[in-house]
Amino acid sequence: MIFQPAIIALLLASALCVLGLAASAPFAFEVMRRWDIRSGSERQLQLERRTYLFSTLLTLVLGLQLAAVLLFVFNAEKMSGMFVGAMCAVGTLNVNAFGFPALNAKIAVFFLAAMWLAINHVDSRAHDYPLVRIKYGLLLLMAPLLAASAWIELQYFLGLKADVITSCCGSLFSEGSPTLAAEASAMAPLPAMWLFYGSLGAAIALAAWHGLGGGRSRVAGYALATASATAFVATIAGILSFVSLYIYEHPHHHCPFCILKPEYGYQGYWLYVPLFFATAAGLAAGAVQPFARIASLREIVPGFSRRLAAIAASGFALTAGIATLMIWQSRLMLLAQA
Amino acid sequence: MKLWLEKQRYLIDYTLASLARRKARNLGLLLVYTLLVFMLASVTLYTHALRQEAARVLASSPEVIVQRMVAGRHDLIPPGYMEKIGRIRGVQKMEGRLWGYYYDTVTRANYTFMVPAVSVPANNEIIVGPALERSRGLARNNGVTFRSYSGKLHSFVIAEVLPQASELVSADLVLMSEENFRAFFDYPVGHYTDIALSVANPQEVRNVALKLAAALPDARPILRDEVLRTYASIFDWREGIVLALLSAAILAFGILAWEKASGLSAEEKREIGILKAIGWETGDVIKMKFWEGLLVSLTAFLVGFVAAYVHVFHFAAALFEPVLKGWAVLYPRFQLSPHIDGVQVATLFFFTVVPYAAAVLVPIWKAAITDPDTVMRG
Repeated sequence: MIFQPAIIALLLASALCVLGLAASAPFAFEVMRRWDIRSGSERQLQLERRTYLFSTLLTLVLGLQLAAVLLFVFNAEKMSGMFVGAMCAVGTLNVNAFGFPALNAKIAVFFLAAMWLAINHVDSRAHDYPLVRIKYGLLLLMAPLLAASAWIELQYFLGLKADVITSCCGSLFSEGSPTLAAEASAMAPLPAMWLFYGSLGAAIALAAWHGLGGGRSRVAGYALATASATAFVATIAGILSFVSLYIYEHPHHHCPFCILKPEYGYQGYWLYVPLFFATAAGLAAGAVQPFARIASLREIVPGFSRRLAAIAASGFALTAGIATLMIWQSRLMLLAQA
Repeated sequence: MKLWLEKQRYLIDYTLASLARRKARNLGLLLVYTLLVFMLASVTLYTHALRQEAARVLASSPEVIVQRMVAGRHDLIPPGYMEKIGRIRGVQKMEGRLWGYYYDTVTRANYTFMVPAVSVPANNEIIVGPALERSRGLARNNGVTFRSYSGKLHSFVIAEVLPQASELVSADLVLMSEENFRAFFDYPVGHYTDIALSVANPQEVRNVALKLAAALPDARPILRDEVLRTYASIFDWREGIVLALLSAAILAFGILAWEKASGLSAEEKREIGILKAIGWETGDVIKMKFWEGLLVSLTAFLVGFVAAYVHVFHFAAALFEPVLKGWAVLYPRFQLSPHIDGVQVATLFFFTVVPYAAAVLVPIWKAAITDPDTVMRG
């Protein structure tokens, strides 16, 4: 089923990313070995000039990865009509064993890319490029991950066979099945709500603390990153456990993908887009903290980190607000007053 | 934040002015780019509209159709067959259908003769589809004669012509009474062409099919969902093939963009040299070039997409129709209902803007690292 337009586009994007990274790997090695900002040699000059090319290339590659996550989910949702038993993206992703790993790998690459881009941003604003070695070292670490993600994606698309009977979200997210997602779905609504609002609230509070302090507190920066990751997991668990129920107005439909369907007015995108951006911003704020003490970055990191905190806070607040609005408007009563 | 916005605004201002200074060169690229978007967008918009149309048509067809197979070929349903199926839970209605194909030597086209389930025409009267009305120049109350496969001539009066709105399904249709149908085709009494089952609960459809297959090993149940899926994959596959063929065009476009971006004129080089001499950094030049690419891309994308929309929904996709739609003598004329799909716009963006961005990256960088003194001295 490789001749689906969206699949071709996704594979094209993946191939471009892997090629881009492969092209920059030798350069990354060279930078790590030979970079010396104080030298005025021809080679150093060449390296400095090339960093422009490769940071632009990598911004493009990683930016493409961010867009690819969206297209991947979009497409999985749309192709569900082609598989027996599939009613939403879950069915499409379940057609073979590579579906969910491909999605998870893409999400992981998304967040890693966001963090790398943040480090790249602060580095390129400092006059002496203090992070250039670290940056390209991290890139070399990320390259295999990105290649693996592309490989899993290719396996997934090659293995898509229309005659496979897949299972729909009803069986995956039902409370009896032994998966992690089912565990989250089986969580009772009340503790899940505490977790959901608690973690989002904590992330917003930490982002506010970090932001209002001018982004200077490094502890707050790390705490924000941790809280963002926690809030991401808790929010997904919350969507599985109770937000989806309110949207579907059905006490047993736990699917986190059906809310992306036109039948439900694409409401899911309102939840997921701010959530992903806020989490990425929160993680990025943490990722730049280790470098806040470097002399040339002392003035740059706090300001940038403060802006990231603002994005994280507003994103998480938006997620919480939208979820609350959805629950408010729902006609389902999940928690009856005793 | 405000400072950043201001900076971008000035960069865009500068870029626009610099684009306008080299009109002819940039217009050429823009034209090719727009054409590429136009072609790709036409293909995707058209196939998507066809898919929608197929889904709409099939929405009112029965959930399950049962055919009887003899030696792997479709055969008539003999008397007593429907009784053997008996009562299956979940099936609301079961009816034998009578239909067949007739090759008309006058128009050299195939018609579908059918006995409708409701509003059956009176004996010796027929109801015809719009394409048939056109091709044979028929009108209401005209008489028409068909020569049956047994050699006998049968005359009918046209009681009605089906409305244009249903043309996609009814173009080649001829509706007649059961008695006429059996006489025309010498159809044995009590036999049917196939059986249509209505199933109310969509989740029961597969179970009904399984039970049917168990009860009648020679039956072939055809599910509506399967037909829909097949249509969707066929149109997707056609679209994918056309896009894969057009990938040569994308590649050619990439090469053109690369060439255009790397063939900097002496004047342009001087310009970049002066910019750098007055304090622009390499990063600023890259940003300026990035805005240039973005402006060109967005303009091309927007113009190309709108042109494709007009081409598909107002001119019936005249350029790609034969490849994507399929072909028949009595092909229905139909107006596609305009529909834009988010996934398709996103896919299209991946197909056009990403190759462009990848192609101009190295040339942009080469332009941006130009040393001011070398250019100005030269």
